[in-house]
Amino acid sequence: MPELIRNRRVESDSYEKVESLDGVSDIADIIVSPTTLAAQYRILEGRTGRLGVWMETSDAPETIAAYLAQLDLVVVYFPAFADGRGHSIARLLREQYHFEGEIRAAGDVFKETLFYLSRCGFDAFVLRPGEALEDALAGFETFSEAYQASVERPSPLFRRRLMGKIGSEPLS
Amino acid sequence: MYQYDDIDQRIVEERVAQFRDQTRRFLAGQISEDDFRPLRLQNGLYIQRHAPMLRVAIPYGVLASRQLRKLAHIARTYDRGVGHFSTRQNIQFNWPQLEQVPNILAELATVQMHAIQTSGNCVRNTTTDHFAGVAADELIDPRVYCELIRQWSTFHPEFAFLPRKFKIAVNGAIADRAATWVHDIGLHAVRNESGDIGFRVIVGGGLGRTPMIGVVVREYLPWKHLLTYLEAILRVYNRYGRRDNKHKARIKILVKAMTPERFQREVETEWGRLKDGENTLVEEEVTRIEARMVRPDYAVLSPEQPAVLREALQADRAFRHWHERNVQAHKVPGYAAVVLSLKATGRAPGDATAEQMEAVAALADRYGFGEIRVSHEQNLILPDIPQADLPALYAQVKALGFATPNIGLLTNIISCPGGDFCSLANARSIPVAQAIQARFDDLARLEDIGALDLNISGCMNACGHHHVGHIGILGVDKHGAEYYQISIGGNQAPARLGKVIGPSLGSEAVPDAIEALISVYLDERLHAEERFVEVVERLGIEPFRESVYAQSEPEALYA
Repeated sequence: MPELIRNRRVESDSYEKVESLDGVSDIADIIVSPTTLAAQYRILEGRTGRLGVWMETSDAPETIAAYLAQLDLVVVYFPAFADGRGHSIARLLREQYHFEGEIRAAGDVFKETLFYLSRCGFDAFVLRPGEALEDALAGFETFSEAYQASVERPSPLFRRRLMGKIGSEPLS
Repeated sequence: MYQYDDIDQRIVEERVAQFRDQTRRFLAGQISEDDFRPLRLQNGLYIQRHAPMLRVAIPYGVLASRQLRKLAHIARTYDRGVGHFSTRQNIQFNWPQLEQVPNILAELATVQMHAIQTSGNCVRNTTTDHFAGVAADELIDPRVYCELIRQWSTFHPEFAFLPRKFKIAVNGAIADRAATWVHDIGLHAVRNESGDIGFRVIVGGGLGRTPMIGVVVREYLPWKHLLTYLEAILRVYNRYGRRDNKHKARIKILVKAMTPERFQREVETEWGRLKDGENTLVEEEVTRIEARMVRPDYAVLSPEQPAVLREALQADRAFRHWHERNVQAHKVPGYAAVVLSLKATGRAPGDATAEQMEAVAALADRYGFGEIRVSHEQNLILPDIPQADLPALYAQVKALGFATPNIGLLTNIISCPGGDFCSLANARSIPVAQAIQARFDDLARLEDIGALDLNISGCMNACGHHHVGHIGILGVDKHGAEYYQISIGGNQAPARLGKVIGPSLGSEAVPDAIEALISVYLDERLHAEERFVEVVERLGIEPFRESVYAQSEPEALYA
């Protein structure tokens, strides 16, 4: 089984992306397109295996909102790491639709991109070919603090400072 | 200026470590050129004509003397002893070595500076009024909000990879000295009827290839909603801004394509979800930032003009000129703000040597409170000088070459680095600026011409703000030769875009063309107080156009 990073660990991936449901085992974990999801929702709903949907960065989270309760996984495919639309998709899924399943970044994903992506709500990462997964884990640790509210830390730094949760010794 | 606490410091240091690692891996061939490009750009590092160019952030244009000394040290150690102050109130070094850039960033971090997001498709350095905290017409000190925006935008996870660069300007005074109508977002401090502070929010202005004046999307946004509202605007832009064509990727194009009304509805809908969320500002945070801003400990001085100043003004004509032009009123009695002109004839506009930077730092310590401002007009400002010290200060500024009394006049030229340095440029800007300065190197004549903004950009990216110059000059490339397109009637505040007067001219014809524009103005003005730009407004461009092209040799033109 292919490997990915999930919850900051290297794990194997049981999902398979399928173009159609013909001949797909009932217990297989599958990823389908938003079109298949909408068209065959009744069938998909009755399956035993887990269900994921594959989004392009140009797809709108609004289009899958109605199905989120039945989804275990949303994959967002990055054609280029600097396509920031995927970052908004993840934040909207988490913060507006309160999706608690896995949100997976795929495509042009590597060590340098993990910090921002994870703060936007991605918790799984399929790295592009040739990237060492264990090495990439350090990408989560590059920064120990961040100013903004994010999915990972819903309270912005200024609120946490005020609550006295973190020190703030003045520097000379 | 804002003093970092331990967390601010740690974030900057972690950035240095990150970039050191990225640079090492790039040089070892472990990161490709394509991957490294966006990463280095978000640290202000371009690959330019001669060498990399490093753009260092000067948040909202405020520098402490020790920071300016550090910039001088960097210029001397890692560059050729010169820095270029930009129209974004930043400083650029044109000759650093890529291998040394992590060391430069580490040096900057020791004085609470960085190059974070000075380039790339992200939120750039927030700019403001260079007389913030000094100007008498101020409603609020915009620097507090600039710092809040700086922190909010630094490594914002959702908006690190926007369709295109994103520039925010904040103005806290009645007069707009921050060019807020030509920014992606412009914020004007306003008071509502109950006296509470908020912001008028302007979106979709910008210069560049498609210059536009912004539109107001909200007349009054209470200050505590500032960050959630910015998030709503940025999210709409991030999701819907064009990514297929970089020339159509700025937010102004989106606002126009959507129509301002629909764009505003989208923003308001998005804001409805974010409003009152965790990013809503609280009084304590504003107070905390206020408290970390180092404020001058002003002495109680007499509002009367000091005798030493009065005598110097009477005795010394050159001092009087300088005082009239380069010294600005201050809201605290007995003080003045002094503009150091980086626009001496023969010098590249905005350039300062390491020695000059150190000398300015010393003047700021000796006469002021150790603070220096960078203006978007590419000058330096000593914001808090006791008026009694002006004569002594003048002598030293003059010795430095920064006392050219041309602030607000024709030779106070805004110019980008142009084709001499920048790989985007279509033509050189600095030699054209120098030729014009040389042609008008006569103070009495400059004073007679009066208020005039002349801005030069070497390409349509418009770093030299040519659209909003009373006279704007744009370098264009015509089959490998440098030509210059001239526009007139632009204005910074209230923002108006200049109109092109006709075919482009060869570089040698530009000073003559400026001369022709000026002579029409001098002939046509109704009185000495009617400014150049007002005459253009009144008469239109036609008489100016006729005069410029009547005298041009046909071969100097490029239709």
